[in-house]
Amino acid sequence: MRYLRQFLWIIGFTLVGEVLHAVLPLPVPAAVWGLVLLFIALESGKLKLSSVQDCGQFMLGLMPVLFIAPSVGLMDSWSMLASVWPAVLAIIVLSTVVVFAVSGVVTQTLMDFASARENAGQPMVGQAEEVSDE
Amino acid sequence: MSEFISGSALFAILLTFGAYELGRMFQKKTRMAIFNPILVAALLVGVVLVLTGTPNQVYQDHCETFSWLLTPATVCLAIPLYAQFSRLRHDLPAILAGVTAGTLVSMGFVLLLTRLCRLNDVLTASLLPKSITTAMGIVVSEAGGGEPAITTAAIILTGILGSIFGPWLCKVLRLHGPAAQGVAFGTSAHVVGTSKAAEISQTAEAVSSLSLVFAGILTAVICPMLM
Repeated sequence: MRYLRQFLWIIGFTLVGEVLHAVLPLPVPAAVWGLVLLFIALESGKLKLSSVQDCGQFMLGLMPVLFIAPSVGLMDSWSMLASVWPAVLAIIVLSTVVVFAVSGVVTQTLMDFASARENAGQPMVGQAEEVSDE
Repeated sequence: MSEFISGSALFAILLTFGAYELGRMFQKKTRMAIFNPILVAALLVGVVLVLTGTPNQVYQDHCETFSWLLTPATVCLAIPLYAQFSRLRHDLPAILAGVTAGTLVSMGFVLLLTRLCRLNDVLTASLLPKSITTAMGIVVSEAGGGEPAITTAAIILTGILGSIFGPWLCKVLRLHGPAAQGVAFGTSAHVVGTSKAAEISQTAEAVSSLSLVFAGILTAVICPMLM
């Protein structure tokens, strides 16, 4: 029963997301609307974490399985990729590495900068906290 | 055999979930990142479809019985986000700056490379949202005139690549803080990268969830302006 009500909440937020996506002239996917609304409901205390947590964890665990069929679906789009796949593959590999590097380095640099400023007299304290968390 | 398979959705469900479990077992045994469970499962499913002579379209139709769960599952990303948000608030500026930089570079870089390789507009629109999670990426791709199947494949491959290269890149680039690691995994490799970040630490997982959400929103808003 607990799961049923939690499922209802999750589907409800998803449905509101679908409606907003259909009605509002903004390029925001339904999943983003639903996610943001669920987050706001939780953060504002209107909805308790325990009202969605168990079913939500199950749905999150389900996600990788939902990627399998679309991957198999590539069999049918192959004609479009047949002549260009080396270029497409190169773009995917290169951009993944570049994005990983840029986003990570920007955050790390800003964090180092902030902790160096905060701990001007006692450097490395912020670092030690970070390491202990790993 | 083929008739039974095309008549029942149960076969597609069993095949998909079974292949994923086998993929997970295989990864546990080999401990090699290249044997990503999604990748292994997709290959297994492909082999079974060919061996049983089942058309891909029949399998895809049966998978529709559960594939709609992707949108509510994506909505559930709000849960880990909320659970960790108070711990992240302090580092929010650095996190958001990293995600913004990564997302802008992602779209700029992909646009530049597709132009250099003279790929057509359909492929370009399909590849632009490759770093964000599938439920969001498909919508962005379709809106720009892309092909959802190619977008999905690019997104999943990106996620797998991020999980494979990520730990090594963290070492090479000296990304020692969990915030920077989470931002890198979430911005570049969405949900698949986030499950890799979860192996590093809880904070990295939370930051990664936050990053993939923010990167998804940013991409969804900026992408239509580019196409």
